[in-house]
Amino acid sequence: MKSEKITKLILIIASLVILLIFAGMAWAMIKGAYPAFQKFGFFGFLFSTEWNPTEGKEAYGAMPFIAGTVITSVLALIICFPLAFSTSLFIAEYFRKRRIAIILGTLVDLLAGVPSIVYGLWGFYTLRPLIASLGFQGQGYGIFTSGLILAIMIIPYATSISNEIITMVPNELKEAAYSLGATRLEVISSVIIPNSRSGLVAGYILALGRALGETMAVTMLIGNANIIPNGLFSPGNSMASVIANQFGEADGLKLSSLIAIGLLLFGVTAIVNAIGKIIIRKFA
Amino acid sequence: MDSKERIAEGENSNWRERKDKLFFGIVVILSFITISPIALILYKLIVKGYKQINLDFFFKVAPDTLQAMTAVRNGELLPGGIANGITGTLLMVAVASVIAIPLSILIGIFLYENQGKQYANLIRSLTDILQGVPSVVLGIIAYIWIVQGITKGFSALAGSVALAIMMLPLIIRSTEETLKMLPISIKEAGAALGVPYHKIILKVMIPSGFSGLMTGILLSISRVIGETAPLMLTTLGSTAINLNITKPTSAVPLQIWEFYNNPNMIDLVWSSSLFLLGFVLTLNIIAKRISNQFN
Repeated sequence: MKSEKITKLILIIASLVILLIFAGMAWAMIKGAYPAFQKFGFFGFLFSTEWNPTEGKEAYGAMPFIAGTVITSVLALIICFPLAFSTSLFIAEYFRKRRIAIILGTLVDLLAGVPSIVYGLWGFYTLRPLIASLGFQGQGYGIFTSGLILAIMIIPYATSISNEIITMVPNELKEAAYSLGATRLEVISSVIIPNSRSGLVAGYILALGRALGETMAVTMLIGNANIIPNGLFSPGNSMASVIANQFGEADGLKLSSLIAIGLLLFGVTAIVNAIGKIIIRKFA
Repeated sequence: MDSKERIAEGENSNWRERKDKLFFGIVVILSFITISPIALILYKLIVKGYKQINLDFFFKVAPDTLQAMTAVRNGELLPGGIANGITGTLLMVAVASVIAIPLSILIGIFLYENQGKQYANLIRSLTDILQGVPSVVLGIIAYIWIVQGITKGFSALAGSVALAIMMLPLIIRSTEETLKMLPISIKEAGAALGVPYHKIILKVMIPSGFSGLMTGILLSISRVIGETAPLMLTTLGSTAINLNITKPTSAVPLQIWEFYNNPNMIDLVWSSSLFLLGFVLTLNIIAKRISNQFN
């Protein structure tokens, strides 16, 4: 059975590539970020709000971008929740397996296929003027516009998991509630939601993980001001956006600082995703 | 029960029913709001983009600023197209596929064959984490590995590596899930006939799960084809058609970004976005079709 051993060996070697990728990622990012952490200190870099590329007075800190990323993503989650949850109820409960639910589900899936840059363009030419015309912010750039586009972008991720979880609620429980005279709404609020709560939470956590790393659409809408946003309509910048905007012409300490921001972004998304996955695994 | 109580109960159930209907109405309205962006985006792209789509659009490279300015001033269609982007995208996706597809199918088979083992669980968790890594971070990785380490400059290869790492987790998981759905008896039948292990994989498992694997591959390609951020960090872009993987190369999403930043080229933004979106959605729909047939 020599060929069997060789086949198994090939499979194991292939699996080692995943370990190699992670080792290579960690090595590259830590090595690249090291000069910035060495110069400013890890916490100094984390909490500093300064971003000054002037030669001789160079100082870089990640706080404005961390704030921008967290605020836009949480805002996106808040906007996304009622929309995604309604859609899940539509597809997995009210019109389950009916033609209209299948069509709606397909359209939501298509939303997941739209490239980030196309969302950015649409946001720039449609949403931004709309926000500006409502008079919230001069040109319509900022935290709110970015949060809105992010919400639309993460809806498909939130719904696809919620759909599965809601479908998994046992029919007997629902039927028992109906037989006691409960209305649809009462079945949803006292049978479906309690039975699928942790799965739903996990779905939204994973959607949050998506929002944290979104780049192009946010870059085009957030206003690219390296400040901690001071309101819902204030311009700001996010971790992914500052990398996309400044990486091309960066070198030396600035490049290292951008890699350090990338490392932080990687850490945050990995933790958020891990939490979501752990909850889902417990649930399933 | 006296009449007063009866009336009270009637009102109560009336209110419950009304609340139920109200909630149903809200659910339907919010659901339609949720899907409205896809219609609005498609409408905007088609209305603004259709007139630039012609033969030149597919076979000529992007105009320079001067040509674009002249055309805008004369109120003509912009000359040229996105041939440099289309060829660049095809080149990079092809190289990324060559790297990612065989590797991830092997890893998917490995995970399937080693269910429940600790090492396999570790690999599965790492794959999950990899799927969540933001694409811009993968751009940084490919920049450090390839641009700084191998090609000593921006290159298509670096872009392909970033895209390949994005494709890996998607194909690995879809391979594993597909194989799990196959009846174990077909594998056992092969083994009982004394077929060697690698032949069971190549001649039994992969062909039986072919449509499932194909769906995963197509979806992963449709997912990476519109990626912009990692390419900005790795391949930079190019105004000419380039098929050398060690040189800077353009891609359709990169061109959209360039057109967006150049006020004279605004008409090309819409048509190239329409083309990109059309391509991605078609891939998505084909993948769905295949997976529906499979189920």
